[in-house]
Amino acid sequence: MTDGPGTDSGKAEFARKQRARNWAIGAVLVALTVLFYALTIVRMGGH
Amino acid sequence: MAGAGLGMAELVPVAGGAAVEDYVALLKPRVMSLVVFTGITGLLLAPGALHPVLAVIAVLCIAVGAGASGAINMWYDRDIDALMTRTRDRPIPAGRMTAAEALGFGTTLAVGSVTLMGLALNWAAAALLLLTIAFYVGVYTMWLKRRTPQNIVIGGAAGAFPPMIGWAAVTGDVSLESLALFAIIFMWTPPHFWALALYRSADYARAGVPMLPVVAGLTETRRQILIYSLLLVPLTLVPVWLDVVGWTYGAVALVLGALFLLAAWRVWREASERSARHLFAFSILYLFLLFGALLVDGVGGI
Repeated sequence: MTDGPGTDSGKAEFARKQRARNWAIGAVLVALTVLFYALTIVRMGGH
Repeated sequence: MAGAGLGMAELVPVAGGAAVEDYVALLKPRVMSLVVFTGITGLLLAPGALHPVLAVIAVLCIAVGAGASGAINMWYDRDIDALMTRTRDRPIPAGRMTAAEALGFGTTLAVGSVTLMGLALNWAAAALLLLTIAFYVGVYTMWLKRRTPQNIVIGGAAGAFPPMIGWAAVTGDVSLESLALFAIIFMWTPPHFWALALYRSADYARAGVPMLPVVAGLTETRRQILIYSLLLVPLTLVPVWLDVVGWTYGAVALVLGALFLLAAWRVWREASERSARHLFAFSILYLFLLFGALLVDGVGGI
């Protein structure tokens, strides 16, 4: 690593990774919501 | 003890600093692809039908459960991963992620995948998924890997369970047919991993992992590869004998088996790194093609 975590570029990199993770977690949560909705509908249909 | 001393090149990661790609890497996506494919094969070959949504959930659970095993494995093996060329760039030894983050991620996925499998499909499939994760983490990673050259022979069972899980997701039980699929992958695993170990033995020796080439030598490993390959080929015909598939698959299995034996024989005869690399690469293609033939014949009904 060329930039330590305490430097400006290190902090910016850290923030960028956290934003990307937040988006990924959001996408997973949305996907799980859709999945559980579909599962509930299928199960209520008697499958 | 795993991670007791990272030693020379200890890197201290910052918690929360890992990228999304690092979390994906923890799941061992290449291993997962083979697990998913064999799991789907078991699911589609099983007698009975599953609603597409439930089938997708079953495959998702198998994939996430396999990924969870990979993440927990990387947590436990972080000390030896740092010593091997092949694994030193993994997220923990490379210092991009803390060990606790990997363990938390893996455990969450393991609990989530098993619970979802039980609630959405059935508890037989969930129990098999739990057994797979426990076998890979507890039996292979923590118990056998650092203790015996039979590590991948017995531990290989973990990689052989997915078609049984897929099958159980549909039928809710374990049958002779699904055990036959298990047996094929179980017998395929030793020649597959020992071919890799033949040209990575220095890596394993440095990390103190008693792989067969390190403990018994290269010649004995080549002999064992040939023996297991000879046992593998007849086993691939058991699904035909059990009427799961027909002779279209049988013919493909025989041709692929002959090629596998040829590659194993070359490893034994030539004793070169090139032949070992060839067998390792071919063994992956072999399993994909073999299970592809099972799918085509069994589901397509050719």
